[in-house]
Amino acid sequence: MKTKGKPVWGLLGPYALWAAVFIVVPLVFVAYYAFTDNNFTFTLDNLIRFFNDRSQMGDTEVRTYMLIFWRSLKLALISTVICLLLGYPLAYIMSRASDRNQKIMMTMLMIPMWMNFLIRTYAWMTILQDTGLLNGLLSKLGLGSVHIIGTEGAVVIGMVYDYLPYMVLPIYSVMAKLDIRLIEAARDLGCNNYGVLKRVIFPLSMPGVLSGINMVLIPSVSTFYISQKLGNGKFFLIGDAIEGQYVANNLHFAAAMAFILMIILLVMMAFIKKFTNNMAYGGEEI
Amino acid sequence: MKKIIELKNISKSFDGEKVLDNISLDIYDNEFLTLLGPSGCGKTTTLRIIGGFEQPDEGDVLFMGERINDVPAHKRNVNTVFQRYALFPHLDVYENVAFALRERKVPKDEIDRQVTEMLSLVMLSNFAHRKVTSLSGGQQQRVAIARALIARPKVLLLDEPLGALDLKLRKDMQQELKKIQKATGITFIFVTHDQEEALTMSDTVVVMSDGRIQQIGTPTDVYNEPQNAFVADFIGESNIVDGVMLEDFKVRFSGHTFECVDKGFERGEAVDVVVRPEDVDIVREEDGMLRGVVTSVTFMGVHYEIIVDIGGFKWMIQTTDFVDVDEHIGLSIDPDAIQIMKKSEYSGMFGDYSTYSDEAEELSEIELGELEEFESAEVDYED
Repeated sequence: MKTKGKPVWGLLGPYALWAAVFIVVPLVFVAYYAFTDNNFTFTLDNLIRFFNDRSQMGDTEVRTYMLIFWRSLKLALISTVICLLLGYPLAYIMSRASDRNQKIMMTMLMIPMWMNFLIRTYAWMTILQDTGLLNGLLSKLGLGSVHIIGTEGAVVIGMVYDYLPYMVLPIYSVMAKLDIRLIEAARDLGCNNYGVLKRVIFPLSMPGVLSGINMVLIPSVSTFYISQKLGNGKFFLIGDAIEGQYVANNLHFAAAMAFILMIILLVMMAFIKKFTNNMAYGGEEI
Repeated sequence: MKKIIELKNISKSFDGEKVLDNISLDIYDNEFLTLLGPSGCGKTTTLRIIGGFEQPDEGDVLFMGERINDVPAHKRNVNTVFQRYALFPHLDVYENVAFALRERKVPKDEIDRQVTEMLSLVMLSNFAHRKVTSLSGGQQQRVAIARALIARPKVLLLDEPLGALDLKLRKDMQQELKKIQKATGITFIFVTHDQEEALTMSDTVVVMSDGRIQQIGTPTDVYNEPQNAFVADFIGESNIVDGVMLEDFKVRFSGHTFECVDKGFERGEAVDVVVRPEDVDIVREEDGMLRGVVTSVTFMGVHYEIIVDIGGFKWMIQTTDFVDVDEHIGLSIDPDAIQIMKKSEYSGMFGDYSTYSDEAEELSEIELGELEEFESAEVDYED
């Protein structure tokens, strides 16, 4: 709440304190650790190590952390695209449903989020295991079995499952607010259902789509644990790498990776923001 | 004249509430027809049924003789100027106007030619690449008209298009709409709750109330010869008193027998008598057909509006002669100033100015503005 441009400092105080203690100070620490060695003298080694560390993979030598980073980015992008393809139609259907059905669908979308993320991931393990629920069902139906657990596919499934609501909700909230008269106007001017969707609903829902992409892409780039459990630890992601270094008490290198990831995410967000501004219309948010 | 749209016995209910009750209406080619009535009278629903946005529960909609009940909106040769315009906020002025042509896959240079022509018709040539959200209400209004007209409809539907504009702009747009209608030769069906707007613009006025058509006629018809108390009251100011038809051309009311120009009633039939405030002459008390006491005088600029108590019934009279409050005056009414109407369900509900007080006069411009806004906001809930 802005009252004529003058923030109410008294009310802002607690939040400012909270932000300082739990956001600003930790960030300063991350940066401080990233640029120092174990003796807390200035060094760029940790940062350089991220780009240069090499290891043997089969016959070829690869840059370990770059490989992990690109893999993280690839899986995050795939998950985001799948979330968008699944989430957009769902958001559209929800926004057009009766009030009662909208509530039901919303609840069904939210219920999994009430459960702990670890439990959800374990649940997917039991479903996707070679001897799990999915294969049990498939063999009962006489369809043989599939090997999913321990593949990139399993990791993507886990990520999509976790992040889908974050894609659906922003798109849904934009679509639900869409002026029904705009749809009638498009029909009036000759659009059939497909034309209305393509020429009015889709462009007007762009702000929701972009914020959905933001909400899914950013956390899924830095995701961890899902990859360990559903990927059988074969597909280390950047989040896992940071966690691993941290657990191994390699705080400075963990901080360096976190710092680099943060910078990359900031750049990505800036890109998306610029893209959003180009797509925005009327010079204002709806 | 050729019939372009016919509504036959249309009824429509929403949630069990009857919004249209057996409406029949013929609309002719090239005419400017206005659906006039208060909020909730069913005028917008009628328009939406013609546009294809609502289906009638009963009855048929005919377009050039063909039944179009089941033809969806995008296949009807009818376009709409929506209430509050409904311009596409993600497109600029040019693209809003070009919308229908792009849907029809018209070649690019042809679109360019037609959009340019349309924008000059609505005097927005310099605004082609402006964002629609940066335009004033009047300009948005013109874009909405251009966007609908470019589709070359047979019929243009306008849903309270001037409701959101201020008075001055509204007057200008009334003239302009009329001009555009003449220039294009397209049938306009115009919805409004503003009786003055209806009278100045229309060839035909359809007065609606409670989901039924009360009267169809030219503006002069509905003003001079209202068919019931509702129409008489809704259009202009009216004194409506109970009377008895003694014989053809003779009516008795307020204790006096008047000559009139109406006939065809039963002898002794109870009727509603309408006398417009501007049709009453003030004379000396001893010369008056009716006598009364002035209870209030309001200066209106061109004339005075005075309230006269005649045997307990308060009349409104508009006159350029000055009279004083508490003055005893006589009234004289010419035969052709008296309009006789059959009794209807609206009898006794309108036309008495006894509740009309100075307080009503003191409503400021702002309050009136708010009232209008309130009324037009209400229209949204009508359907």
